[in-house]
Amino acid sequence: MSRYIPLVGACTALLALSACELGEKITQQTGYRGAGLAQVYDPDNYGTPEDLPPPPYALPPEGGPLATETYENVQVLTDMNTEQFNHLMAAITQWVSPDEGCAYCHNPADMADDSVYTKDVARRMLQMTRALNGEWASHTGETGVTCYTCHRGEPVPANVWAYTPQGNAMSIRGQRRGQNAPNPNVGYSSLPSDIFASYFEGDPSVVRVASSSAYPSAGHRISTMDAENSYAVMMHLSQALGVNCTYCHNSQSFQSWTQSSAQRNTAWYGIRMVRDTNEQYITPLAPIFPANRKGPLGDPLKVNCLTCHQGQAKPLGGQSMRQDYPYLHPPGVIPTELPTGENLISEILERPRQLTGESGAPNVP
Amino acid sequence: MPRYQNIFTQVQLRTPPEMGVPLRRGNDPRVGKGTTNYWFGKLGAAQIGPIYLGRLGLASLIFGFLAFEIIGLNMWASVNWDPIQFVRQLPWLALEPPGPEYGFSPFVPLAQGGWWILAGFFLTVSVLLWCARTYVRARELGMGTHVTWAFLSAIWLYLVLGFIRPMLMGSWAEAVPFGIFPHLDWTAAFSIRYGNLFYNPFHCLSITFLYGSTLLFAMHGATILATARYGAERELEQITDRGTATERGALFWRWTMGFNANMESIHRWAWWFAVLTTLTGGIGILLTGTVVDNWYLWAVDHNYAPSYPDTGVIDPSLLQPETAP
Repeated sequence: MSRYIPLVGACTALLALSACELGEKITQQTGYRGAGLAQVYDPDNYGTPEDLPPPPYALPPEGGPLATETYENVQVLTDMNTEQFNHLMAAITQWVSPDEGCAYCHNPADMADDSVYTKDVARRMLQMTRALNGEWASHTGETGVTCYTCHRGEPVPANVWAYTPQGNAMSIRGQRRGQNAPNPNVGYSSLPSDIFASYFEGDPSVVRVASSSAYPSAGHRISTMDAENSYAVMMHLSQALGVNCTYCHNSQSFQSWTQSSAQRNTAWYGIRMVRDTNEQYITPLAPIFPANRKGPLGDPLKVNCLTCHQGQAKPLGGQSMRQDYPYLHPPGVIPTELPTGENLISEILERPRQLTGESGAPNVP
Repeated sequence: MPRYQNIFTQVQLRTPPEMGVPLRRGNDPRVGKGTTNYWFGKLGAAQIGPIYLGRLGLASLIFGFLAFEIIGLNMWASVNWDPIQFVRQLPWLALEPPGPEYGFSPFVPLAQGGWWILAGFFLTVSVLLWCARTYVRARELGMGTHVTWAFLSAIWLYLVLGFIRPMLMGSWAEAVPFGIFPHLDWTAAFSIRYGNLFYNPFHCLSITFLYGSTLLFAMHGATILATARYGAERELEQITDRGTATERGALFWRWTMGFNANMESIHRWAWWFAVLTTLTGGIGILLTGTVVDNWYLWAVDHNYAPSYPDTGVIDPSLLQPETAP
């Protein structure tokens, strides 16, 4: 009997270690020492930034007749010349419908025809893309986005959300109260996973659950259950970006902005950008989407942080496609600073290593 | 002497079962005749039973079973009575307390948290009856009631978390869900809501006593095992008639740290450290939300939180016309 004990012990140990990721990790200190302000990267899993699809052909020069003069029924891209318009159409086909081709949106017999619903959707999405690169440059920065940032060669982006059926609230059968199930949205924790409707559209739930006063007051009545929702949406951010809490926060006080990193600022705009995207650009399209492009409750498939980020702190590893498709940035808007005030990001945070007393350390992705 | 380093008992006594002292009038008979088990003997004494169940024990088991069934059946129902999913997802499943909309009302629909109130009530009755049982049994054996008081300290923390604090806050939603991961997520959310529980001084004390308990346990266990060859495991005899085991153990600690417990005081320390862990922990939980709403800011007010260099980041909601959520 006892000769099996080492065997059983060894098997147990192997099983316990099976979730471990062996190999070297890269740790980067990102803030003041002693507060656990660090990011740990696993080079095996972080991967290299994927290859961007090459432009269909070289960017045509400015000038020449406008697309509106060449084609009929051009409603959104009224400022583009014909050559660049064609360049963009070729790129969109690559990004969104490489298998389906032009006919995914156009009636091949009459390209100006609006009978295919996806053409209406594409118009709105082009307006959205320019808004993301313009008024939301507070989040997208100089890098900007293209259709490819979300679509990655698929007609429907891989990471989207819709309302989920709640079941009968007065029965315990199948009732999870929107939580207590292993859900990748919240890192397989048992936190509430049905959170996107609360934070990423409409009148958002409170995310700042900690009090701004040390002592209780009638003005701050937030339950621990509310804190679980806030915690859950933060877990979504963490999962979507492939970072831990200290990418933005000093865990001494998640609330304190003066202890937070500049990334928290970017994320703050990002959350509002997601909300604006869903409210202004996606939900209004509900009447034209067919049922197979909607969720189980009939709402369109909406975006969250994962839609663009897909596990990376910067989508596509921070690679910009702007130089190849400058017309996706609204004309005349070339953001050089954040639109809401100067010196939002102190100079020292641009070089977090300075806070540690070290310098010249290599940058990690 | 490798036998003192083995985690299993090396020598097992096999005798007719020890039946214990005769019971006085008013006691129930003990259940079972007593038997021995080799594997139990590896860990402790080889004798199993007879046990004393009694009315308190029986009532405690019934109430405990009711609570266990309510929790388990609610969890099973939440996976549509699928036995495989029940097993696979068990760590995630929960019985949640009522939401904030019900306040502290005892009348909550069963599916909305009423089952949680019932399960909590039955579990409370069960542990209190079991606690009373430890008191009565100790008295019947002519023992002190130290086990009872230590158990009450744990029950204090349990009741603060699940009943007293929710009552003071006026909301069941402040209470802890039943469930393996759910109660851990609750713990983290609780700390986030109240501005980092690490700055709660009673939380600090509780952790000190918790870690202190493990330290004392390790020191005491090591000392007794290390002097077992001189008979240190016969602790009571060593207290009244200090033998070479006690002398050597005391000498070891006086040499290494200049001070030593004695054979009696080490157990007093251990008892108090264990009891104070949940006693101070319960006080810390009780003050959270009732007296202090943000422990980090409280610690800043009391010059108790370390300060780090300002990162210069400004709350962007202060720059916007509308208020940020």
